[in-house]
This record gives sequence, C-alpha cells and structure tokens, in this order.
Amino acid sequence: MNIIQTHNLSKSYQHKDGVVDALKNVSLSVEKGSFVTITGPSGSGKTTLLLTLAGLIRPTSGSFSILEKNLTHVPDSELAYFRRKNVGFIMQSFALIPYLTCIQNVMMPLSLNKVDKEKQKSMAQEVLANVGLENRMNHLPRELSAGQQQRVAIARALVNNPSVIFADEPTGNLDPSLSLEILDILKEINQQKNITVVMVTHSPVAAEYGDVRIHLEDGQIISIN
Amino acid sequence: MTLIKLVWIELWNKKSQLVSSLMAIVIGIGVIVGIRTINVYSEKAVAVKLDNLGANILVLPQAASIDDYYTSDIDAPTIPMEYVERILTSDLKGVDNMSPKLTRRITINNKKYVLTGIQPKNEIASKPLWQTTGFGKELEASCAPSSGENKSHGYEDEKLKRKAVDTLDYSECLLGFQVAKELKLKENDTLKIQDKKFNVAKLLTETGTVDDDRIFVNLKAAQDLFGIPNQISAIEIMGCCNAISDGLLGKLRNILPDTRITTINQIVSTQIETNKMMNKTSIIFLIIILFVGSISIGNYMWANVNERRKEIGILRMMGTLKNEIYKILLVKATILGLLGGLLGYLFGTIAAYYMGPVFAQIQVSPIPIFILWSVLISIGISILGSILPAYFAAKFEPFSNMQEE
Repeated sequence: MNIIQTHNLSKSYQHKDGVVDALKNVSLSVEKGSFVTITGPSGSGKTTLLLTLAGLIRPTSGSFSILEKNLTHVPDSELAYFRRKNVGFIMQSFALIPYLTCIQNVMMPLSLNKVDKEKQKSMAQEVLANVGLENRMNHLPRELSAGQQQRVAIARALVNNPSVIFADEPTGNLDPSLSLEILDILKEINQQKNITVVMVTHSPVAAEYGDVRIHLEDGQIISIN
Repeated sequence: MTLIKLVWIELWNKKSQLVSSLMAIVIGIGVIVGIRTINVYSEKAVAVKLDNLGANILVLPQAASIDDYYTSDIDAPTIPMEYVERILTSDLKGVDNMSPKLTRRITINNKKYVLTGIQPKNEIASKPLWQTTGFGKELEASCAPSSGENKSHGYEDEKLKRKAVDTLDYSECLLGFQVAKELKLKENDTLKIQDKKFNVAKLLTETGTVDDDRIFVNLKAAQDLFGIPNQISAIEIMGCCNAISDGLLGKLRNILPDTRITTINQIVSTQIETNKMMNKTSIIFLIIILFVGSISIGNYMWANVNERRKEIGILRMMGTLKNEIYKILLVKATILGLLGGLLGYLFGTIAAYYMGPVFAQIQVSPIPIFILWSVLISIGISILGSILPAYFAAKFEPFSNMQEE
C-alpha cells in the first residue's frame, strides 16, 4: 500500500528577484512502513518537499495524497484535522512549547484530539517512558539536554499513534553520539510500530538509516534508491 | 491539558508582562469604580440631607422675600390656597409632600412672635427637629432610599421617616421652645391670641431655629384670625432631589407663573452639581479607558503574538485550527479582562473607601454590583483590543516556526 503518493508536484515562491521554483514536477510513491530519507544540498528543496507532503504548505501544481486521500485541494481545516490524527512531526529545533513541561508537551496532540484528560496523562507517561524520560516528565524543555528534548519531540510525535512521522533534520542540533541514539529510536519506531518515517537530513550517516533514499537537487529528484 | 490551562500556563509563565499589561486596565477600571462608588454614596447623602431638612422648595408670592417667609408683616403678600390644588392635580413627579403656610407677626404681652398657620396632615413635623414631640404618622420621601437600603448603605437614618401633624384642632396650638419659655406656658394651658383662645396641644423641643420663636396653629384658624380666608404666605414642598435636578422647579413655575419658587440652593445645586460632575468624570474616564485599555491590551497581545509566533506555528503544525488559535487568544483576553476587572474593582473600592471621607465627607462601603460591571467592561475592553492581533495570529502559517530556524 502506498501511504504517500505525489504526481508532478511543484512549488514556486514569489521572490523580489523573481519566481523561485523550489520543487519541480516531483513524482514519488512511499510504501507504508518505509523509512524514507531525503538528502540534497542546501536549497535543493528537501524541506519544501517534506512540508508539502506533510500538508503544511500547498503545492503550486501537481497533486499529492496520503493514506490514499488526495489532500491537494482540501480546505485548511481538513488538512489540520488530517495532521492531528495521522501525522507526527520531529523538527531540528525540537519545536517544543517552552512553558509546558515534557508531559504537557506530549499531551498537546492528545488534547487536540479531545482525548480524555486522565487518558492523556497515562498515554503521555507511557510514551515518555518508552523514550527513557520517565524521570523528566515534569521538567521544562530548557531543563533538559538537547538529546532529551529531541526525545520529548519524538514522544510527542508518537503519542497519537500516527501513520507517518515527518522529521526535518532531527539530528541537526545534536552531537554524533546523540544523533545515532535518536536515529536508532526512529528506526525502532519504524520497525516495531510499522510507522512510516520520512526524514530530511544532510548527514550521510543518517541517510543510511533509510530503506528508501531520495536525493534531490534543484527541486528535482535525482535518485531514489 | 485543555485550552484554558494552556492559556493560563502561558500567562503565568510571563508574570511581569501580565502585570504590565493589566496596569492600564486596572487603574482605569479602578478610577471608574472609585468615582462611581463615591458618587453613589454622595447621591444617597444628598438625598438623606435634603430629606432631613424637610421642605427643600419654597413657593412664595412673587413680591415676597425669604425674610417674609420667616417673619411676615401683617401686610405681607399672599397667594391663594388654590395653588396647592393646582400642584396636586398636575402630573408633577417628585413632590413628596406640600405644606401650605400662613405666617404673620403677632404681639403677645408686648413681645413679638411669629404665628404660623399650618395644615394638619400635610405639615411635616419640622424635619428631624420635631421628632421627639411624638405625634403624627410617618411620611417617607419617595426618592429617598428605603430603610432597608439605607441600612445596607450605612444610612440608618430614621429621620427619613418623618411625622405629619394630623391632630391640630382649630382651637389648638403648638408652641416653640422659646415662646413656651417666655410665656411660661405648658401643655393644656390656654394662650390668647387677638382675643381668641387656643389650647396648647404640645410644646416643641428646642431646635435652635426660628421654630423656637413660633406659634403654630391650624391654617384655617390663622386665616380666620387675620381675616384672609383661603390665602397663604408660602407652600413648603418636600421635593425629591433627583426630580429637582430634573427640572421640577421649572415645571412648578409653569404651573404657578406668578409666584417665586426657590430651593435650598447651597445643598441642591452644589452637591447635585458635584454629583453630576462626578458622573460626567466617570463617563469621560470610561471613554478614556476604552481607548487606553484597548490599546494597552492590544499592544500586549500584538507583542505576545509576535513573541509566540513560533509556538503558534507549532500548534498549527500539530493540527490546531485557525479558529482554535483565535479562540486561544480570545480566552487569554477574557482572562486578562477578568483579572483586570476584579483587580480594578478592588483598587477602586479601596481608593473610594479611603478617599470618600476626605474628598466628599462621606463614608463608603463596597458596592457588589460594581464587580459585575467592572468585569464586563474590562473583558469587553480586553477582547476589543485583542480582536486584531488574534485575527492575524490565526492567519500564521503552520510552518512559520520552521522558517525562522
């Protein structure tokens, strides 16, 4: 089953110096349970592709679907509902809400999905324990190391039991040993929970974790291995 | 985790910002509450003072002076009794009681006294001063607060309920303290006035006013005594203070064009004008606070929205809807408004409590209904100031946080 499918996906930005084509006719298919890495030089369109696939930005032309649902032209609200139910995000900067504790950050997606308050807490505790943060639940993000913050972000991405996790340079702010730790966690999630992971990375080591490796240059797919 | 909890945690996280943003609204609401609280008590105080003074409007013949009212000579001008009927049959509001009087100077034992003819039942037993005399039924001013209200506002003023003289027969008289002393008369003695005998029904207690030198008889008896039937020197009116400020005097002048109508200017005009000025001031403050408070909260919200741009982006990324972002900011505005209203009420009430006695010579107590108004106005201002920032925040793209990395 193809969990993600795009057809001639293009994205252009209006810039003062003219139109910038960030993505040019990208067509790809991702099977459920894949670990996809997207690599390429800076400005090659990696993040634009990830954001478009995640339904965070609209393509200029072409179409894309996730879970066999064509999301190209659905309203913003429908896209938002789709994200909160089916998608998890892991960002380079961790994207944690600084004034919420770890457990509160992890509870946020559950809160958006109107999960019962008590259940929110138990689910968040469980997933935080799974990433080894059972003793840091009531800490604020600033009280944690970078690696721990990224594990909170992973826990938050996982807590909703999403179909796909989009990760944008998840190891970009981490030292090599912590990077491997995070990558191992992602791989484990991918394999044990059969959750599709789409990860943008600069790192060749991280790219090796993917069983589907896409290389982009100048907004176009150069290779898929 | 709930929406309100999220907002509350966020607000609590930046306490100094919260306090500074609330300052303008707390001070504004506080000033309004303070002025209004003092004003309410000042109005009550005016009502009580006027009521204690009894009649506060005088209807005199056009040519008469105030002196004539107190010590009329035998040829002082008069007005017809029919004028009382004119007022009674009119649709005037705020006339609580009328007391027609005929006043003339008389001589007894070579001493001059003032004889005043009064109409039983209409005559207010001169303000609080005749209270101890102990006759008559109670009258209550329509505009004065009821006894219950008085008590709730600290005015346990039994004088509001005055007594009307309803038992003064044709051949009876009441003697002022000084008259009784000088003429050595006591109750049930007989006093001869111009060959007519009057039974002393009551002796009035000392008042320290002109009443001490007066002899009061039935109005009809006085008219007969001086040979001027159906004529009176004045009509004392106990008018509602609010009705006076609403133009009762002008309306009376329309009904009785050939009379001179005056009021107790010092109290009515000064205090009512002060109250009016305070009312206007509170309205001006309300308008100012509407602008300043809205701008202050709007400015805080705008800064907050920009500062929280990344967090709003994170929420949008996770699937928060635009209208939920809008709702989060309006909930925040409501909480700010609620806090501002409550603190403003507290500040204003405390200020009024301490300033009331200093500036208005009145004691004030908290007015609970003002909590509701403070909170409603404050929330309204806060939401007004937050609508635009919330609207723009809701339009932030979900990936805005990532672009700023």
